[in-house]
Amino acid sequence: MDIKEIIKPENLVYKKTELMTDAPLSYCPGCGHGTAHRITMEVVEEMGIWEDTIGVAPVGCSVLAYDFMNIDMTQAAHGRAPAVATGIKRVWPEKYVFTYQGDGDLAAIGGNETLHACNRGENIVIIFINNGIYGMTGGQMAPTTLPGMKSSTSPYGRVIETMGHPLKMTELIAQLPGTYFVTRQAVHTAAAVRKTKKAIRKAFEIQKEKKGLAFIEIVSNCNSGWKMNPVDANNWMVDNMFPYFPLGDIKVDGELVK
Amino acid sequence: MGEVKLMKGNEAIAEAAIRAGADAYFGYPITPQSEVIEYLMVERPEDRTGMVVLQAESEIAAINMVYGAAGAGKKVMTSSSSPGVSLKQEGISYIAGAELPCVIVNVVRGGPGLGTIQPSQADYFQSTKGGGHGDYKLLVLAPASVQEMADFVDQAFDLAFKYRNPVLILSDGVIGQMMEKVVMPEQKPRLTNDEIIERYSDWATVGKKKSRERNIITSLELDPYRQEAHNLKLQEKYKKMEENEVRYEMINCEDADYIIVAYGSSARIAQKTMDQARAKGLKVGIFRLITLFPFPKNEINKLADRVKGFLAVEMSAGQMIEDVRLAVNGKVPAEHYGRYGGVIHSPEEVLAALEQKIIGG
Repeated sequence: MDIKEIIKPENLVYKKTELMTDAPLSYCPGCGHGTAHRITMEVVEEMGIWEDTIGVAPVGCSVLAYDFMNIDMTQAAHGRAPAVATGIKRVWPEKYVFTYQGDGDLAAIGGNETLHACNRGENIVIIFINNGIYGMTGGQMAPTTLPGMKSSTSPYGRVIETMGHPLKMTELIAQLPGTYFVTRQAVHTAAAVRKTKKAIRKAFEIQKEKKGLAFIEIVSNCNSGWKMNPVDANNWMVDNMFPYFPLGDIKVDGELVK
Repeated sequence: MGEVKLMKGNEAIAEAAIRAGADAYFGYPITPQSEVIEYLMVERPEDRTGMVVLQAESEIAAINMVYGAAGAGKKVMTSSSSPGVSLKQEGISYIAGAELPCVIVNVVRGGPGLGTIQPSQADYFQSTKGGGHGDYKLLVLAPASVQEMADFVDQAFDLAFKYRNPVLILSDGVIGQMMEKVVMPEQKPRLTNDEIIERYSDWATVGKKKSRERNIITSLELDPYRQEAHNLKLQEKYKKMEENEVRYEMINCEDADYIIVAYGSSARIAQKTMDQARAKGLKVGIFRLITLFPFPKNEINKLADRVKGFLAVEMSAGQMIEDVRLAVNGKVPAEHYGRYGGVIHSPEEVLAALEQKIIGG
């Protein structure tokens, strides 16, 4: 069979969403960011809300998210994305507003902005990529770095006595009455990607229905920062990150389920 | 003529924001300007015009809410006092870098550090020389009365949108707290969402239509040559402000031998000094700055050709004096006088300083 007969429209099984630009991703091969970007944009496309969706990019590896997401976007100062999103949503309540943040951005420098946006129950979606490390700046310790885990600022491993405990930001904000849907997912397998995409869809539906804040943590790998190949990084994540940051829904319809 | 009211400067600025058709105010309480957000909360502008008022969790959050909303094409304001404005500097730098319009009010109190809640003018450097990181300028308006607190809000919004640049209203604890008669401007309608989309779709995050490229609000440009080009564009804009927006008031300068340069409450105090000096036969005039950036350097330089000296009066250890001296350029003496750390100089003290430092010297 000639190849031209195969690549006919009726045989199409997968197509990149138009809401992802053609710019080459700046992420390391094997990183979860690309998948998380894509499924977020697929949800926005499938819901038909791209003309009314405004994204907020953080400081960190995904600082250039606006190069890849083909919608109107604002780049926020480090940690301030929830405040920036609050500003946008309050003056455009009919628009869909989401932030896309890493663990250093959301749980360390932006801890206060995260806590208060969640506590006010801002009607936004927060997508939180947790890879336990500062990726862009070169693998420094994050608030989510595991006990004993090595990073460039914990070169002998994270010492709890002096460096504190890994912060479970997602469990923390789930306690606040302002959050409506809180879940922790991953994108390391096809099944996990499908579940995460479903959670993102649910989050945007909640915003559509003006029910409150939806918060999705995606536990991800950082093969460069962890100094592993992508396969080993994913395995390490399953063996080490998931026990500390267990996957699953934490709060559904405003009720704690875990 | 508009409605006449007796108001505090802080209240006037809040009422004027509603009447200017502002879309939102984001703030955090701090003395001596908490009346701004308190007044807005009492007035319920949501009901009057649909304007959003939100008390943020910090000054940092407030300025970032301003950044988000301004980037989405809306007319937004925040206010604070010195320590709070220091906290806002990160956000202000981002707003200037991303070229967004907004109005920021600083009702200055004494510093450094937590300082005092009493009035001061010691944030001149922070306001006019940058404040945050990077090469940027704010357009700075300095009201000297409650009336100007009201009038400058609408003007500040116009300038902010004209240049897509943050405009700072630099007030102080005297002007913020004192009550005066004020003629309130008429209510301007807020722009509708359709009007905003029509006017600002070329840059604001109002939602990407298929027919246009996406809008991105950012100050990030990693390529140094492109970042330099962006900086050059900013510098061009600041030059245009210097060419077009210099504002000042000259009082009795026509026959003056000596000029007091001042702004804000110091300019009010200087008026009394001027009266006292003239009663003694000393020909004193006042050059009152209305814009601190752009600074009226050419006008002061011209004045220096026909007067015998300048006294820069400010409630600081000597900040504005640097710009006055650059403008005078050594033609005649230019000296500084001011009490600071929250102390307000009296007209008599200013006159004594004028006689000692300029006239006697």
